[in-house]
Amino acid sequence: MSLSSTETDPALREEASFAVRMGRMLLADKFALIAALFLLVMIVLALIGPVWLGEEAIKQNLRGRNLAPFDWSRGWIWWMGADALGRPLFARIIVATQNTLMVAAGAVVLSAVSGTFLGLLAGFSSPRVSQIIMRLADVIMSFPSLLIAVIVLYLLGSSILNLMVVLSITRIPVYLRTTRAEVLEIRERMFVQAARVMGASGNRILFRHILPIVFPTLTTLATLDFAYVMLAESALSFLGIGIQPPDITWGLMISQGRQYLTNAWWLSFWPGLAIILTTLSLNLLSNWLRIALDPVQRWRLEMKGPSHG
Amino acid sequence: MLSFIRKRSVASLISLAGLIVMVFFLSRMTGDPASLFLPVEASAEMKQQFRELHGLNDPLLVQFSRYVGDVVTGDLGESYRKARPALDVVTEAFVWTLWLAVITMSLVTSAAIVVGSLAAFRSGGFFDRTASMLSLIGASVPDFWLAIVAIVVFSVNLHWLPTSGTGSVLHWILPISVLFVRPFGIIVQVVRGSMIGALSSAYVKTARAKGVRSGPIIFIHALRNAMLPVITVIGDQAASLLNGAVIVETIFGFPGVGKLMIDSILQRDFNVVLAAILVTALAIFLMNLLIDLCYALLDPRIRH
Amino acid sequence: MAEHLLDVRNLSVEFHTASGVVKAVRNISYHLDRGETLAILGESGSGKSVSSAAIMNLIDMPPGRITSGEIFLDGVDLLTMKPQDRRAVNGKRIAMIFQDPLSHLNPVYPVGWQIREAMTAHGLSKDAAEAEALRLLGRVGIPDPQAAMDKYPHQFSGGQRQRVMIAMALALRPDLLIADEPTTALDVTVQAEVLALLKELQREIGMGVLIITHDLGVVAEIADRVVVMEKGALVESGTVREVYKNPKHPYTRRLIAAAPGKGAMHEDEAKGEMLLSVRDVRKTYGAFAALKGVSFDLMAGQTLAIVGESGSGKSTLARVLLRLDEPDSGQALWKGRDLFQLSPKELYRLRRDLQMVFQDPTQSLNPRMTVFQLVSEAWVIHPDILPKAKWRERVAELLVQVGLSPDHMRRYPHQFSGGQRQRIAIARALALEPRLIICDEAVSALDVSVQAQVIELLDRLRKDTGISFIFIAHDLPVVRDFADQVMVMQKGEIVEIGGVRQIFDAPREPYTRALLAASLDPDPDIQAAHRARRA
Repeated sequence: MSLSSTETDPALREEASFAVRMGRMLLADKFALIAALFLLVMIVLALIGPVWLGEEAIKQNLRGRNLAPFDWSRGWIWWMGADALGRPLFARIIVATQNTLMVAAGAVVLSAVSGTFLGLLAGFSSPRVSQIIMRLADVIMSFPSLLIAVIVLYLLGSSILNLMVVLSITRIPVYLRTTRAEVLEIRERMFVQAARVMGASGNRILFRHILPIVFPTLTTLATLDFAYVMLAESALSFLGIGIQPPDITWGLMISQGRQYLTNAWWLSFWPGLAIILTTLSLNLLSNWLRIALDPVQRWRLEMKGPSHG
Repeated sequence: MLSFIRKRSVASLISLAGLIVMVFFLSRMTGDPASLFLPVEASAEMKQQFRELHGLNDPLLVQFSRYVGDVVTGDLGESYRKARPALDVVTEAFVWTLWLAVITMSLVTSAAIVVGSLAAFRSGGFFDRTASMLSLIGASVPDFWLAIVAIVVFSVNLHWLPTSGTGSVLHWILPISVLFVRPFGIIVQVVRGSMIGALSSAYVKTARAKGVRSGPIIFIHALRNAMLPVITVIGDQAASLLNGAVIVETIFGFPGVGKLMIDSILQRDFNVVLAAILVTALAIFLMNLLIDLCYALLDPRIRH
Repeated sequence: MAEHLLDVRNLSVEFHTASGVVKAVRNISYHLDRGETLAILGESGSGKSVSSAAIMNLIDMPPGRITSGEIFLDGVDLLTMKPQDRRAVNGKRIAMIFQDPLSHLNPVYPVGWQIREAMTAHGLSKDAAEAEALRLLGRVGIPDPQAAMDKYPHQFSGGQRQRVMIAMALALRPDLLIADEPTTALDVTVQAEVLALLKELQREIGMGVLIITHDLGVVAEIADRVVVMEKGALVESGTVREVYKNPKHPYTRRLIAAAPGKGAMHEDEAKGEMLLSVRDVRKTYGAFAALKGVSFDLMAGQTLAIVGESGSGKSTLARVLLRLDEPDSGQALWKGRDLFQLSPKELYRLRRDLQMVFQDPTQSLNPRMTVFQLVSEAWVIHPDILPKAKWRERVAELLVQVGLSPDHMRRYPHQFSGGQRQRIAIARALALEPRLIICDEAVSALDVSVQAQVIELLDRLRKDTGISFIFIAHDLPVVRDFADQVMVMQKGEIVEIGGVRQIFDAPREPYTRALLAASLDPDPDIQAAHRARRA
């Protein structure tokens, strides 16, 4: 709504730096703020977890088998209860954070980088190259992705690296299609034409004019995809073909607790809750990013008032 | 219209051909089929016999053309475990999965469209905020976790519903409910976002200026326009149900194609695995074609 | 006191935005009777459309809020009506047509269905509505109405779409028609036809018409009375003739003075050397021939205006000359070399000489670059023009030259107004020190008063630096005070080319005459004379 700008208006709006503005917009959305703080804690735990509680997480304690949660007579480390071998669940969840987040982060980075690269290529090269890339994406999309992951991991053996690669391959088309669609649209925009008229090279147009415009969309997408990949990883680990013991992830912990469901529900409940809260935070943050990075919608957050959707 | 369908079909066929190539090389490149297809304890002699029987000593191109011929004639080999044509085994299981997917997606789509549209109509209101939060949570819950929690609550503790099988209508309730949650959460969000855009569009303004009531404005004017991005997401979600709700099927002992795949992998019944991949991929291709058709039906600009 | 059809009293509306509360209209009052036409005249940001949105109940609340006032329709206040009674008013008693009919018609339903709905929404039977819709399509001049019923909006031309909108709005013979910039996006000849149709239908139905426009010419052509708005306030009102001949408010005076086509024309003098010589350029897109053999010459220091309606090929010509599109055949000699045969390396060098200013500066400036980055990008691409140490100084110089201030350097495009953005785009073109700047509709997205300023700037630059201009426009009056040569194009061909005096004072071709006749003069007397001649 540009109701007040006229030609002779000398008082231009001053604008704060990018970081300050993002911070303000984060404060304006309390759900996104909580989500961001939660994710920050998770990242810190992922970094220090294994050093901090690595010992406790594998120490078996036969007298504490399937210990119920909230039994404050034992130490604080037992507040979530213990698993079938008497290992404190709290410690195990924190130690598992590292693997869980690392696999997801690795897969997201791999797929985002290669997908974006292929998308730029498809959007900026000849129709034939573009067609080949798009058909390849179709093939990947129509592959039963989880099953392919199952087969490949079964054949190649499962390691953290293989898991990352397999998960990332199935997600490449998402970035590829988005990037290509945006490139096709942006390269027809007037400012790109203006750069061409000035004699800018293809590389300059691609990296200086097109990529910065696509980037916010990709960031939002990657945040959302992080949640998706986390769920996929936990599903694979749950099936027993993802991460192998003694390494642990949250998905694997749910799987390990499954046989004790009837008498010790907390074995599967806590890691499930960890997954839900992390995914939820990522989804919330992604929704916030979508608005915060969109110049047209940003005012909703900058107004700081009641949110209108 | 016809040329649009033809163009899409050709593109799909090219992709399908690519898929067959990939399946073939997946089966030949990931290791010696003889040791892959035969039990671990098979002797070297048996392996040699196996190779000759299946022409595995021929050049790769010859093998490939034979494979393509087999696929085209619908011969996908025998299931080693069940001693029946692999295709039959897969089709049988696939029908179960198809039913599960169709019922679930119908419920998800209708519910998500109504909830998402109403949330968008009064965006920022109480209903919107509740629906948005619930759909976000729904989109964040891992289905396998939900499945085991549901079993503990409804089967083990309350004894309301059976845990596995397909015997009666009751058997379908848990799998469908569990499969419902995530797609519902995701689609509600897309419907809501797309509807907010459509409701603030210029043609809705025109409809209001004509004196059209709120009901037709939401469900006739805005919804049809808002459905275009929604259909894409419905397609994605349906695809992920079709290619086997692997985990949910496993947990609930549902004899669909997802469970069949996992079982066949564990039993090294690779003909069945490859057949299952081909069948589900074919199904997803057909569904994508259907999605494209829906686009064309909804939006005349694509048709012309 | 006699009751007016529409009586707006002390209306104030505000919007909550990121930069605080904006008072979109403040305390405005006007009235309108049956059979009468009232124009609301204003530029962007004047709030001219806000009161009509309030009349139609189209203001979203929040972020909008009506803080004071009443709107009486035949003595009944629309603002305090019960919702279901209010809905029955829209479409039946008050109808509205909009600026951009393509986005205001629902893209996924046939137009017949949409016209029918205007009637069935107020209780007419489907069959009766169908028959009436068919009659209306014929009445507004859509060819083959029966077939048109099943067509979709995108299958019509811009003018036809506006006719469809009019048919839809007048379906129930409303007492009041609100027309919000109904002809702004249309070609001048189409604009004249649509305005004539509106007038005719007004006589037939006897409705009051409220027309919202930024164009003095439209006011002169169609309105009886006018109210002028500036920054949310109503600054002047009266009969059209009164206001034009004897404006009281300084803003109205400025607006009238800024109307193009009033100043002295350039003398047709012989200029220096030949700069660009274009011969028989052709270009087709698929089956559509955009350029069917175009030839012309341009001298150094000269301004050539290319005028044509949509589909005339004028923008294609610009794109081809800049090698943004490749022509099918023909040549363009630039300093003796054929532009179309240049190698990539030669083309890169040519870019320095040949620059472009685009129609919409909002879109032609990269939103994520500062003004400094935008202007200095020229020297990043062509490093031999200027050493890096001097960039800052030179950017400041260029900004001053185009009428901006050096401390605007650190800002982003969205912090400027439309006219200021176009100045930035001009500074960017100047950074390469070109010999020729092609302006593609460079002022048509701007307000009239801003248009005049930008044209003045371009003319001054031509005098100071000797740059040549090719100035593309869809309307003749805009180029009158600025061009040396004028070239009129239609359907990919040159209709007429000549000195500016010859084109305006003694046009040879019927199409040029038609274009001149269709462009609206801001003077109501002249416009009345035009009408009399046409009748």
